Amino acid sequence: MDTTRAAFLWVIALAVLESATSVELTFELQDNAKDCFFEYIQKNTSCTLEFQVVTGGSYDVDVQLLAPNKDVIYRQVKSQFDSHTFTTDTTGDYAICFSNEFSTFSHKLVYMDLQVGEEAPLPGMGHSTVMTQMETSADSVHKALLSVADFQTHHRLRESQGRKRAEDLNERVFWWSLIETACILVVGIGQVCVLKNFFSEKRPQTYHRLG
Amino acid sequence: MCKLFGTILVYFFIFDFSHALYFHIGETERKCFIEEIPDETTVLVNYKVEVFDPRTGGFMQSTQGIGMHVEVRDPDMKTILSRVYSAEGRISFTSHVPGEHVICLYSNSTKWIGGTQLRVHLNIQVGEHTIDYANVAQKEKLSNLQLRIRQLLDQVDSITKEQEYQRYREERFRGTSESTNQRVFWWSITQLAVLVCMGAWQMKHLKSFFEAKKLV
Repeated sequence: MDTTRAAFLWVIALAVLESATSVELTFELQDNAKDCFFEYIQKNTSCTLEFQVVTGGSYDVDVQLLAPNKDVIYRQVKSQFDSHTFTTDTTGDYAICFSNEFSTFSHKLVYMDLQVGEEAPLPGMGHSTVMTQMETSADSVHKALLSVADFQTHHRLRESQGRKRAEDLNERVFWWSLIETACILVVGIGQVCVLKNFFSEKRPQTYHRLG
Repeated sequence: MCKLFGTILVYFFIFDFSHALYFHIGETERKCFIEEIPDETTVLVNYKVEVFDPRTGGFMQSTQGIGMHVEVRDPDMKTILSRVYSAEGRISFTSHVPGEHVICLYSNSTKWIGGTQLRVHLNIQVGEHTIDYANVAQKEKLSNLQLRIRQLLDQVDSITKEQEYQRYREERFRGTSESTNQRVFWWSITQLAVLVCMGAWQMKHLKSFFEAKKLV
Protein backbone atom coordinates (compact mmCIF):
# COMPACT_ATOMS: atom_id res chain seq x y z
CA MET A 1 0.00 0.00 0.00
CA ASP A 2 2.80 2.32 0.92
CA THR A 3 4.61 1.83 -2.38
CA THR A 4 1.41 2.46 -4.27
CA ARG A 5 0.95 5.73 -2.48
CA ALA A 6 4.54 6.73 -3.06
CA ALA A 7 4.19 5.95 -6.75
CA PHE A 8 0.99 7.94 -6.91
CA LEU A 9 2.71 10.89 -5.28
CA TRP A 10 5.48 10.62 -7.82
CA VAL A 11 2.97 10.88 -10.62
CA ILE A 12 1.45 13.96 -9.03
CA ALA A 13 4.88 15.45 -8.49
CA LEU A 14 5.84 14.89 -12.11
CA ALA A 15 2.56 16.36 -13.29
CA VAL A 16 3.06 19.43 -11.11
CA LEU A 17 6.68 19.83 -12.07
CA GLU A 18 5.88 19.91 -15.73
CA SER A 19 2.71 21.93 -15.43
CA ALA A 20 4.35 25.14 -16.49
CA THR A 21 7.21 26.00 -18.71
CA SER A 22 8.99 29.04 -19.80
CA VAL A 23 11.21 28.75 -22.81
CA GLU A 24 13.62 31.44 -23.81
CA LEU A 25 15.27 31.07 -27.17
CA THR A 26 17.51 33.29 -29.22
CA PHE A 27 17.89 32.18 -32.79
CA GLU A 28 19.11 33.39 -36.12
CA LEU A 29 16.48 34.09 -38.73
CA GLN A 30 17.89 33.91 -42.25
CA ASP A 31 16.81 36.33 -44.93
CA ASN A 32 13.62 35.29 -46.73
CA ALA A 33 13.06 32.64 -44.10
CA LYS A 34 10.14 31.74 -41.92
CA ASP A 35 10.71 29.87 -38.68
CA CYS A 36 7.88 28.33 -36.72
CA PHE A 37 7.81 26.96 -33.21
CA PHE A 38 5.00 24.88 -31.81
CA GLU A 39 3.81 24.02 -28.39
CA TYR A 40 1.09 21.76 -27.13
CA ILE A 41 -0.99 23.80 -24.69
CA GLN A 42 -3.96 22.73 -22.58
CA LYS A 43 -7.07 24.87 -22.81
CA ASN A 44 -7.73 27.77 -20.43
CA THR A 45 -4.05 28.35 -19.87
CA SER A 46 -2.73 31.84 -19.69
CA CYS A 47 0.32 32.30 -21.90
CA THR A 48 2.66 35.16 -22.56
CA LEU A 49 4.70 35.57 -25.67
CA GLU A 50 7.52 38.05 -25.80
CA PHE A 51 9.92 38.74 -28.60
CA GLN A 52 12.60 41.21 -29.55
CA VAL A 53 14.81 41.57 -32.57
CA VAL A 54 18.39 41.87 -31.34
CA THR A 55 20.23 42.63 -34.57
CA GLY A 56 19.82 42.80 -38.29
CA GLY A 57 18.37 45.18 -40.83
CA SER A 58 16.02 47.70 -39.33
CA TYR A 59 15.34 45.41 -36.35
CA ASP A 60 11.93 44.26 -37.48
CA VAL A 61 10.19 40.97 -38.00
CA ASP A 62 6.72 39.65 -38.81
CA VAL A 63 5.17 37.60 -36.04
CA GLN A 64 2.12 35.39 -36.14
CA LEU A 65 0.48 33.34 -33.46
CA LEU A 66 -1.76 30.57 -34.73
CA ALA A 67 -4.33 28.53 -32.85
CA PRO A 68 -4.60 24.78 -33.48
CA ASN A 69 -7.40 25.41 -36.02
CA LYS A 70 -5.10 27.79 -37.94
CA ASP A 71 -6.88 30.92 -36.72
CA VAL A 72 -4.62 33.89 -36.30
CA ILE A 73 -4.71 34.94 -32.65
CA TYR A 74 -2.14 37.65 -32.89
CA ARG A 75 -0.20 39.22 -35.70
CA GLN A 76 2.46 41.89 -35.88
CA VAL A 77 3.99 43.21 -39.06
CA LYS A 78 7.51 44.60 -39.08
CA SER A 79 7.62 44.85 -35.34
CA GLN A 80 10.75 45.32 -33.24
CA PHE A 81 9.54 44.01 -29.91
CA ASP A 82 6.28 43.22 -28.23
CA SER A 83 4.63 41.18 -25.55
CA HIS A 84 1.28 39.49 -25.84
CA THR A 85 -0.74 37.63 -23.24
CA PHE A 86 -3.52 35.31 -24.30
CA THR A 87 -5.67 32.56 -22.87
CA THR A 88 -6.09 29.39 -24.85
CA ASP A 89 -9.59 28.32 -25.94
CA THR A 90 -8.78 24.84 -27.10
CA THR A 91 -6.23 22.20 -26.33
CA GLY A 92 -3.77 21.65 -29.10
CA ASP A 93 -0.64 22.69 -30.90
CA TYR A 94 -0.19 26.44 -31.02
CA ALA A 95 2.25 27.84 -33.54
CA ILE A 96 4.44 30.91 -33.31
CA CYS A 97 5.91 31.97 -36.62
CA PHE A 98 8.63 34.51 -37.22
CA SER A 99 8.96 35.61 -40.78
CA ASN A 100 11.69 37.57 -42.46
CA GLU A 101 10.22 37.08 -45.92
CA PHE A 102 10.15 40.79 -46.69
CA SER A 103 13.87 41.16 -46.19
CA THR A 104 16.11 39.98 -48.99
CA PHE A 105 19.55 40.47 -47.55
CA SER A 106 19.63 41.01 -43.81
CA HIS A 107 19.41 38.06 -41.49
CA LYS A 108 18.25 38.71 -37.99
CA LEU A 109 18.77 37.62 -34.44
CA VAL A 110 15.48 37.13 -32.65
CA TYR A 111 14.84 36.55 -28.98
CA MET A 112 11.66 34.78 -27.97
CA ASP A 113 10.18 33.96 -24.59
CA LEU A 114 7.09 31.84 -24.24
CA GLN A 115 5.61 31.43 -20.81
CA VAL A 116 2.88 28.87 -20.48
CA GLY A 117 0.73 28.77 -17.37
CA GLU A 118 1.66 29.74 -13.88
CA GLU A 119 5.06 29.02 -12.48
CA ALA A 120 5.17 25.58 -10.89
CA PRO A 121 5.21 25.73 -7.09
CA LEU A 122 8.13 24.28 -5.21
CA PRO A 123 7.73 20.60 -4.36
CA GLY A 124 5.75 20.20 -1.17
CA MET A 125 4.20 23.64 -1.43
CA GLY A 126 0.73 23.29 -2.76
CA HIS A 127 -1.60 26.23 -2.98
CA SER A 128 -3.95 24.55 -0.55
CA THR A 129 -1.74 24.80 2.54
CA VAL A 130 -2.05 27.89 4.66
CA MET A 131 1.16 29.85 4.60
CA THR A 132 2.78 31.56 7.54
CA GLN A 133 3.78 35.19 7.27
CA MET A 134 7.37 34.18 6.72
CA GLU A 135 6.40 31.93 3.86
CA THR A 136 4.22 34.59 2.32
CA SER A 137 6.98 37.15 2.37
CA ALA A 138 9.49 34.62 1.04
CA ASP A 139 7.04 34.02 -1.75
CA SER A 140 6.74 37.70 -2.56
CA VAL A 141 10.52 38.09 -2.50
CA HIS A 142 10.69 35.20 -4.93
CA LYS A 143 8.19 36.91 -7.25
CA ALA A 144 10.07 40.19 -6.99
CA LEU A 145 13.34 38.48 -7.87
CA LEU A 146 11.70 36.86 -10.85
CA SER A 147 10.66 40.23 -12.16
CA VAL A 148 14.16 41.57 -11.48
CA ALA A 149 15.56 38.77 -13.62
CA ASP A 150 13.00 39.60 -16.28
CA PHE A 151 13.98 43.26 -16.34
CA GLN A 152 17.60 42.22 -16.49
CA THR A 153 16.88 40.15 -19.57
CA HIS A 154 15.25 43.12 -21.24
CA HIS A 155 18.10 45.37 -20.31
CA ARG A 156 20.58 42.80 -21.61
CA LEU A 157 18.80 42.63 -24.95
CA ARG A 158 18.65 46.38 -25.25
CA GLU A 159 22.30 46.64 -24.37
CA SER A 160 23.30 44.01 -26.87
CA GLN A 161 21.27 45.81 -29.52
CA GLY A 162 23.21 48.98 -28.83
CA ARG A 163 26.53 47.21 -28.57
CA LYS A 164 26.11 45.34 -31.83
CA ARG A 165 25.19 48.55 -33.59
CA ALA A 166 28.25 50.29 -32.14
CA GLU A 167 30.50 47.45 -33.30
CA ASP A 168 28.95 47.72 -36.72
CA LEU A 169 29.50 51.45 -36.80
CA ASN A 170 33.10 51.06 -35.72
CA GLU A 171 33.81 48.66 -38.54
CA ARG A 172 32.02 50.83 -41.08
CA VAL A 173 33.96 53.92 -40.05
CA PHE A 174 37.18 51.96 -40.39
CA TRP A 175 36.46 50.71 -43.89
CA TRP A 176 34.94 53.93 -45.10
CA SER A 177 37.99 55.91 -44.00
CA LEU A 178 40.30 53.52 -45.81
CA ILE A 179 38.25 53.66 -48.98
CA GLU A 180 37.90 57.42 -48.89
CA THR A 181 41.66 57.90 -48.47
CA ALA A 182 42.22 55.65 -51.47
CA CYS A 183 39.61 57.63 -53.43
CA ILE A 184 41.29 60.97 -52.70
CA LEU A 185 44.65 59.64 -53.84
CA VAL A 186 43.27 58.10 -57.01
CA VAL A 187 41.21 61.16 -57.94
CA GLY A 188 44.12 63.53 -57.20
CA ILE A 189 46.62 61.65 -59.32
CA GLY A 190 44.02 61.02 -61.99
CA GLN A 191 43.19 64.72 -62.24
CA VAL A 192 46.80 65.63 -62.91
CA CYS A 193 47.18 62.87 -65.50
CA VAL A 194 44.05 63.93 -67.37
CA LEU A 195 45.10 67.54 -67.34
CA LYS A 196 48.56 66.64 -68.66
CA ASN A 197 47.08 64.52 -71.39
CA PHE A 198 44.83 67.35 -72.40
CA PHE A 199 47.77 69.64 -73.04
CA SER A 200 50.11 67.12 -74.61
CA GLU A 201 47.50 66.13 -77.21
CA LYS A 202 46.78 69.69 -78.38
CA ARG A 203 50.40 70.69 -78.98
CA PRO A 204 51.23 68.60 -82.08
CA GLN A 205 47.99 69.70 -83.77
CA THR A 206 48.72 73.43 -83.44
CA TYR A 207 52.27 72.96 -84.68
CA HIS A 208 50.89 71.18 -87.69
CA ARG A 209 48.53 73.97 -88.59
CA LEU A 210 51.24 76.60 -88.19
CA GLY A 211 53.65 74.69 -90.35
CA MET B 1 1.11 -2.80 -8.87
CA CYS B 2 2.24 -3.67 -12.36
CA LYS B 3 -0.64 -1.72 -13.82
CA LEU B 4 0.24 1.28 -11.74
CA PHE B 5 3.81 1.14 -12.91
CA GLY B 6 2.45 1.24 -16.43
CA THR B 7 0.56 4.43 -15.72
CA ILE B 8 3.66 6.02 -14.27
CA LEU B 9 5.58 5.30 -17.43
CA VAL B 10 2.80 6.67 -19.57
CA TYR B 11 2.58 9.78 -17.45
CA PHE B 12 6.28 10.18 -17.61
CA PHE B 13 6.31 10.05 -21.36
CA ILE B 14 3.34 12.32 -21.77
CA PHE B 15 4.54 14.90 -19.34
CA ASP B 16 8.16 14.85 -20.14
CA PHE B 17 7.95 16.55 -23.50
CA SER B 18 4.35 17.48 -24.08
CA HIS B 19 4.99 20.96 -22.75
CA ALA B 20 8.24 21.62 -24.49
CA LEU B 21 8.52 23.69 -27.57
CA TYR B 22 9.07 21.88 -30.82
CA PHE B 23 10.01 22.75 -34.38
CA HIS B 24 10.62 21.01 -37.67
CA ILE B 25 13.87 20.68 -39.53
CA GLY B 26 14.93 18.74 -42.58
CA GLU B 27 17.16 15.75 -42.07
CA THR B 28 20.18 17.59 -43.41
CA GLU B 29 19.49 20.99 -41.88
CA ARG B 30 21.04 22.37 -38.75
CA LYS B 31 19.49 24.66 -36.22
CA CYS B 32 21.40 26.90 -33.89
CA PHE B 33 20.38 28.75 -30.76
CA ILE B 34 22.28 31.41 -28.95
CA GLU B 35 22.44 31.73 -25.20
CA GLU B 36 24.01 34.86 -23.83
CA ILE B 37 25.10 33.88 -20.36
CA PRO B 38 27.52 34.97 -17.63
CA ASP B 39 30.43 32.73 -16.68
CA GLU B 40 30.03 29.75 -14.37
CA THR B 41 26.43 29.26 -15.39
CA THR B 42 24.89 25.91 -16.01
CA VAL B 43 22.86 25.29 -19.13
CA LEU B 44 20.60 22.30 -19.45
CA VAL B 45 19.44 21.18 -22.88
CA ASN B 46 16.71 18.58 -23.24
CA TYR B 47 15.68 17.33 -26.63
CA LYS B 48 13.78 14.57 -28.34
CA VAL B 49 13.65 13.83 -32.04
CA GLU B 50 10.77 12.30 -33.93
CA VAL B 51 10.78 11.27 -37.57
CA PHE B 52 8.00 11.96 -40.04
CA ASP B 53 6.17 8.77 -40.87
CA PRO B 54 4.60 8.91 -44.36
CA ARG B 55 2.34 5.95 -43.61
CA THR B 56 0.47 7.59 -40.75
CA GLY B 57 1.20 11.19 -41.68
CA GLY B 58 2.40 11.86 -38.18
CA PHE B 59 5.64 11.98 -36.30
CA MET B 60 6.92 8.83 -34.64
CA GLN B 61 9.73 7.98 -32.32
CA SER B 62 12.59 7.12 -34.63
CA THR B 63 13.23 3.47 -35.20
CA GLN B 64 16.29 3.16 -37.36
CA GLY B 65 18.68 4.85 -34.99
CA ILE B 66 18.62 8.45 -35.98
CA GLY B 67 20.88 10.45 -33.75
CA MET B 68 21.51 14.09 -33.08
CA HIS B 69 24.79 15.84 -33.28
CA VAL B 70 25.01 18.47 -30.58
CA GLU B 71 27.65 21.14 -30.80
CA VAL B 72 28.28 23.87 -28.27
CA ARG B 73 30.69 26.70 -28.93
CA ASP B 74 31.79 29.41 -26.54
CA PRO B 75 32.18 33.14 -27.40
CA ASP B 76 35.74 32.56 -28.68
CA MET B 77 34.35 30.01 -31.15
CA LYS B 78 36.04 27.20 -29.29
CA THR B 79 34.09 23.97 -29.24
CA ILE B 80 33.07 23.00 -25.75
CA LEU B 81 31.09 19.99 -26.72
CA SER B 82 30.57 18.15 -29.98
CA ARG B 83 29.10 14.71 -29.87
CA VAL B 84 26.49 12.49 -31.40
CA TYR B 85 23.68 11.58 -29.08
CA SER B 86 20.70 9.32 -29.54
CA ALA B 87 17.23 10.47 -30.49
CA GLU B 88 16.60 11.68 -26.99
CA GLY B 89 19.11 13.48 -24.88
CA ARG B 90 19.84 15.56 -21.86
CA ILE B 91 22.99 17.61 -22.03
CA SER B 92 24.34 20.01 -19.49
CA PHE B 93 27.40 22.19 -19.61
CA THR B 94 28.85 25.02 -17.57
CA SER B 95 30.19 28.17 -19.14
CA HIS B 96 33.69 29.37 -18.29
CA VAL B 97 33.75 32.49 -20.43
CA PRO B 98 30.88 34.98 -20.34
CA GLY B 99 29.21 35.72 -23.64
CA GLU B 100 27.25 34.21 -26.45
CA HIS B 101 27.21 30.44 -26.47
CA VAL B 102 25.96 28.81 -29.62
CA ILE B 103 24.14 25.51 -29.38
CA CYS B 104 23.68 23.72 -32.70
CA LEU B 105 21.61 20.64 -33.38
CA TYR B 106 21.72 18.54 -36.51
CA SER B 107 20.98 14.93 -37.27
CA ASN B 108 23.73 12.46 -38.01
CA SER B 109 22.11 11.63 -41.32
CA THR B 110 24.59 11.04 -44.13
CA LYS B 111 22.16 11.98 -46.88
CA TRP B 112 23.22 14.90 -49.03
CA ILE B 113 19.85 16.04 -50.26
CA GLY B 114 16.27 15.31 -49.37
CA GLY B 115 15.59 13.20 -46.34
CA THR B 116 12.52 13.36 -44.22
CA GLN B 117 11.27 15.97 -41.84
CA LEU B 118 12.33 15.78 -38.24
CA ARG B 119 10.42 17.14 -35.31
CA VAL B 120 12.66 18.30 -32.50
CA HIS B 121 11.29 18.93 -29.03
CA LEU B 122 13.62 21.25 -27.25
CA ASN B 123 13.90 22.79 -23.85
CA ILE B 124 16.82 24.93 -22.78
CA GLN B 125 17.09 26.03 -19.19
CA VAL B 126 19.69 28.40 -17.85
CA GLY B 127 21.06 29.19 -14.41
CA GLU B 128 18.95 28.51 -11.38
CA HIS B 129 16.17 27.07 -13.55
CA THR B 130 18.31 23.99 -14.03
CA ILE B 131 18.16 23.07 -10.36
CA ASP B 132 15.79 20.29 -9.48
CA TYR B 133 14.45 21.42 -6.12
CA ALA B 134 12.62 18.18 -5.43
CA ASN B 135 15.98 16.49 -5.52
CA VAL B 136 17.64 19.14 -3.36
CA ALA B 137 14.93 18.93 -0.71
CA GLN B 138 15.23 15.19 -0.57
CA LYS B 139 19.01 15.11 -0.43
CA GLU B 140 19.55 17.84 2.13
CA LYS B 141 16.38 17.20 4.07
CA LEU B 142 15.17 20.78 3.94
CA SER B 143 11.82 21.98 5.18
CA ASN B 144 9.50 23.91 2.91
CA LEU B 145 10.67 27.27 4.14
CA GLN B 146 14.32 26.28 4.00
CA LEU B 147 13.81 25.12 0.45
CA ARG B 148 12.18 28.42 -0.47
CA ILE B 149 15.06 30.37 1.06
CA ARG B 150 17.45 28.14 -0.80
CA GLN B 151 15.68 29.02 -4.02
CA LEU B 152 15.82 32.72 -3.17
CA LEU B 153 19.55 32.45 -2.59
CA ASP B 154 20.03 30.78 -5.94
CA GLN B 155 17.99 33.48 -7.61
CA VAL B 156 19.98 36.28 -6.01
CA ASP B 157 23.13 34.48 -6.99
CA SER B 158 22.20 34.33 -10.64
CA ILE B 159 21.05 37.96 -10.61
CA THR B 160 24.41 38.99 -9.17
CA LYS B 161 26.22 37.03 -11.85
CA GLU B 162 24.12 38.66 -14.52
CA GLN B 163 24.90 42.06 -13.03
CA GLU B 164 28.62 41.34 -13.17
CA TYR B 165 28.27 40.21 -16.75
CA GLN B 166 26.38 43.41 -17.48
CA ARG B 167 29.34 45.41 -16.23
CA TYR B 168 31.74 43.37 -18.31
CA ARG B 169 29.71 43.99 -21.42
CA GLU B 170 29.24 47.64 -20.66
CA GLU B 171 33.02 47.89 -20.55
CA ARG B 172 33.30 46.31 -23.96
CA PHE B 173 30.61 48.57 -25.33
CA ARG B 174 32.44 51.62 -24.04
CA GLY B 175 35.65 50.28 -25.54
CA THR B 176 34.03 50.00 -28.93
CA SER B 177 32.56 53.48 -28.75
CA GLU B 178 35.88 54.97 -27.71
CA SER B 179 37.64 53.17 -30.51
CA THR B 180 35.13 54.57 -33.01
CA ASN B 181 35.64 58.03 -31.60
CA GLN B 182 39.43 57.70 -31.88
CA ARG B 183 39.22 56.42 -35.41
CA VAL B 184 36.95 59.22 -36.55
CA PHE B 185 39.25 61.78 -34.92
CA TRP B 186 42.49 60.45 -36.38
CA TRP B 187 40.98 59.83 -39.72
CA SER B 188 39.74 63.39 -40.06
CA ILE B 189 43.25 64.64 -39.30
CA THR B 190 44.80 62.18 -41.73
CA GLN B 191 42.32 63.13 -44.40
CA LEU B 192 43.13 66.78 -43.92
CA ALA B 193 46.84 66.04 -44.27
CA VAL B 194 46.25 63.90 -47.34
CA LEU B 195 44.19 66.64 -48.96
CA VAL B 196 46.78 69.34 -48.26
CA CYS B 197 49.63 67.17 -49.56
CA MET B 198 47.65 66.24 -52.61
CA GLY B 199 46.82 69.86 -53.43
CA ALA B 200 50.41 70.98 -52.96
CA TRP B 201 51.74 68.15 -55.09
CA GLN B 202 49.20 68.88 -57.83
CA MET B 203 50.16 72.54 -57.98
CA LYS B 204 53.88 71.82 -57.95
CA HIS B 205 53.66 69.13 -60.56
CA LEU B 206 51.44 71.12 -62.92
CA LYS B 207 53.59 74.20 -62.53
CA SER B 208 56.74 72.36 -63.53
CA PHE B 209 54.84 70.69 -66.35
CA PHE B 210 53.60 73.96 -67.78
CA GLU B 211 57.04 75.49 -67.48
CA ALA B 212 58.58 72.56 -69.29
CA LYS B 213 56.02 72.87 -72.09
CA LYS B 214 56.57 76.63 -72.18
CA LEU B 215 52.93 77.39 -71.65
CA VAL B 216 53.55 80.05 -69.02
